[in-house]
Amino acid sequence: METLEFRYPARDPVGRRAHVGVVGSGDLEVLLEPSGDGEARVRIRTTVDGYGQVWRNVLDRLFSRYHGAAAIEVNDFGATPGMVLLRLEQAIEESAP
Amino acid sequence: MSAPVTEPRPLARESFIELTARERVRAVLDAGRFRELLSPFDRLHSPWLERQGVVPQEDDGVVLARGRIDGEPAVVAAVESAFQGGSIGEVAGTKIACALELVARDHARGVPTRPVLLLETGGVRLQEANLGLAVIAEIHAAIVALRPRVPVVGVVAGMVGCFGGMSLAAALCSHLVMTRQARLGMNGPEVIEQEAGLDELDASDRRLVWSLVGGEQRHATGLADALVEDDVAAVAAAVRAAFRSGRPARHRTEQVELFLDRLAAIDPAGPPEPAALRQAWGNEEGA
Repeated sequence: METLEFRYPARDPVGRRAHVGVVGSGDLEVLLEPSGDGEARVRIRTTVDGYGQVWRNVLDRLFSRYHGAAAIEVNDFGATPGMVLLRLEQAIEESAP
Repeated sequence: MSAPVTEPRPLARESFIELTARERVRAVLDAGRFRELLSPFDRLHSPWLERQGVVPQEDDGVVLARGRIDGEPAVVAAVESAFQGGSIGEVAGTKIACALELVARDHARGVPTRPVLLLETGGVRLQEANLGLAVIAEIHAAIVALRPRVPVVGVVAGMVGCFGGMSLAAALCSHLVMTRQARLGMNGPEVIEQEAGLDELDASDRRLVWSLVGGEQRHATGLADALVEDDVAAVAAAVRAAFRSGRPARHRTEQVELFLDRLAAIDPAGPPEPAALRQAWGNEEGA
């Protein structure tokens, strides 16, 4: 198991908190809340070690077009990068004002 | 003339089995009445999993909500089978026990809250061993304490089923609703095969396993009260019907003599076939 943290600059307010997904095989749980400042923070707990660069790639892509000041927590149970991106986008959609 | 052919209408049904625990709770409560208690944002996750290298889930795999059923206040607890096989750890089990105690508190002040347990669990979470077992005993005690006041309604929908100590919780319920896909038993088939050998039970033989512990057999032998299709509306209706029928005159677990006599009549060297057990324990009218 590994814990990773990432930060991104942000400018848009987050409407409300959102919770999606399950910590089950190939899936992940995402908790998204307003971060309370001008920054986006992502904390990831994952069962699979050694994929920090892949997580960074996924998040870099996400935050190139999403600028919400969100505090995001991810509990991952071996989801593929595609699944991760879908769940994050689902959480963002549900958190829209 | 042949009988008119009824076309299967797969899309006319909304699967209950495929729902997550949170969606199942919503499905059982009256529409628009859902207030989650101890939600994931309360971050009441297991303190034991991370130190064993297991990623926790923020609700520890149990969803609790207040709402209404047929307009009456209700508390529903649901186990999320996708997280750690629906296993009951310290936090998960405590949440269920506390939900039942909340219902008891409501009744003590005259509020007729209805308790529902949506059970989808392999039993105790092995990583939390004794703490899980202890709290499962608390769940049993809470169900027994509630039964004189209000029916406790359990649902085992599948596909995990309900095993281990939580199968006792299902057995203690006033009314138990099952689907054909659901299974209910003390030891899971894999455990029986591992402990007693392939001659005792071939856990890969799905037809055999379901003929022993499947919802249809449990219902036909009187160990479950309602057998329903895997359908959201059917499960919700069965839960409502259970509350309308009220408390049973005697709970199954109060009929100790009956079940001791039944067990005494069984020869362990030549146990009855599933069909013979239905004959002997009979609840055939509903089967």
